[in-house]
Amino acid sequence: MPNKTLVRLRKKLLSHASLRAIIALTVFVLLWEIGSRSKQWLGVSLPWIGQVPAPSGVLRVWGGLLSDAGYWQSWWLSLVRVLAGFTAAMVIGIPLGLLMAVSKTFYGLSFPSFEILRPIPPLAWVPISIIFWPTQELSIAFVTFLGAFFTVVINVVGGAKSIDGRFFQAAQAMGASQWDIFRRVVLPATLPSIVVGSSVGMGITWNVVVAAEMISGGGGSGSGGGLGFFIWNSYVGGSYEQIVVGMISIGIAGFACSEVLRALGGLSTPWLSKR
Amino acid sequence: MNALLKQNPMTQKVATQGAIRIDDVVKIYDPDGAAVMAVDHCTLDIPAGEICMIVGPSGCGKTTLLNAIAGFHDITSGSIHMDGKMLCGPGKPIAEPGSDRIVVFQNGALFPWKSNLDNVAFGPLMRGKMPKKQIYEKARGMMADAGLAGTENNFPGEVSSGLRRRVEIVRALMNDPKVLLFDEPYRALDSLTKSVMHEALLEIYYKNKVTIFFITHDLEEAIFLGHRLVIMTSRPCRPKKILEVDIPHPRDYSVLTSPRFRQLMEETSAVVHEEAKKSFAAGEKEG
Repeated sequence: MPNKTLVRLRKKLLSHASLRAIIALTVFVLLWEIGSRSKQWLGVSLPWIGQVPAPSGVLRVWGGLLSDAGYWQSWWLSLVRVLAGFTAAMVIGIPLGLLMAVSKTFYGLSFPSFEILRPIPPLAWVPISIIFWPTQELSIAFVTFLGAFFTVVINVVGGAKSIDGRFFQAAQAMGASQWDIFRRVVLPATLPSIVVGSSVGMGITWNVVVAAEMISGGGGSGSGGGLGFFIWNSYVGGSYEQIVVGMISIGIAGFACSEVLRALGGLSTPWLSKR
Repeated sequence: MNALLKQNPMTQKVATQGAIRIDDVVKIYDPDGAAVMAVDHCTLDIPAGEICMIVGPSGCGKTTLLNAIAGFHDITSGSIHMDGKMLCGPGKPIAEPGSDRIVVFQNGALFPWKSNLDNVAFGPLMRGKMPKKQIYEKARGMMADAGLAGTENNFPGEVSSGLRRRVEIVRALMNDPKVLLFDEPYRALDSLTKSVMHEALLEIYYKNKVTIFFITHDLEEAIFLGHRLVIMTSRPCRPKKILEVDIPHPRDYSVLTSPRFRQLMEETSAVVHEEAKKSFAAGEKEG
């Protein structure tokens, strides 16, 4: 019933929670506007906030950028890097984590090096990866990959290791083979942790890609660019409104990626949402 | 349901398989040099088809015995036979887990990521000796028999805990076990749900020829369900008093108010209470 969905939508929009969110955002933007224009309106420039471009100015600049191919190109480049690094982290991290959880020998061999490498911030890898990888593109993707990789692995290991022993006992008694137990018990039981690990990893990926783009610069030969470089370039070029546009763009991109992951995660673990 | 029970001609133990003989079993836990005796020279004969209720205070070592039968843990000495075949004993400290002995766990071990129907069909699917279609037909039939029609496509997390226990028993029975091992399955249920579960369990039992090894610390539950009560001593665990419950099967809840039931409660509660006090004084953990 379209009528019903409409009613539900209106109800949702007018609910206390959404009203509160709308009010909070409006007040925030209003205070920001006042702060930014304090010199103009109050005669004194408020410290810190007085230097920040006003939201109205940001919106104006943003409106102009919407038809700018370069701006969308930055989105696209960052998104591709995030997806590349994230996908690689999942493809390598999930089997590795499962292997570490399942095999005591492998765990003993790999965990020490893993634990020493894990606390190193991904950005500390930037110089060495620029040296190591032949192209700048690859080195940025590699750093992005590291951002998600360790989180994914640690979540998978933790999830797979904390599976209730009764599940194994029950499966074994009912005649399940080792492979069956892996496929029908270990994998589905670890899935919720994989979902959590991937959404946390996705967040880190966006943090890392932007910083890596800033550090490695625009590059002249088609590589470089991206939202991180967009912000840095705006700073160098003195367009402060554009900096804020870039920042908000990253916020939106990260939020959209998390939402997509959340939806996928919900679809892959239907038993969790139906409790 | 009561009418159904009374029509049922199967009153006494009808199974011909699933006799368990526990012979002089000792289990010593020795995790860090401090040897702890959990089971102390325990000998117990359970005829095929009996509902044998193992009663004892929490942490007395009853579960250790169950784990030894199921093949989850080894024993230190002694032996356990099923139908004359050694499960574990000299030279073979740990039994192989098998579909002839299925455990119904304390907090349940249904796979939360599988639908109730897929849970019930799991065992036969794993062993692959029956066509898939036939397995699902049988699963649906058994679920319907146990009053679970309509919950087939739900996840275990979507149904009440009482129904969940019932799904788990049906999952166990799908494997045509000779022995069902219950590890305080109704512990977490409220007393009203419990009473429904007890009748449902008896109803399932009357339809399926199995031996039941049932661990509990609830005396009322033990007398209501069991052919026989084995009251265990506090750790280390050993039979202290064995008692035939001479209330004829099939039973329903009217039994609870019968004079004979009260009498049996009186006879046993002092013994159980004494062991519970010992266990409490020793500071045993739950479980």
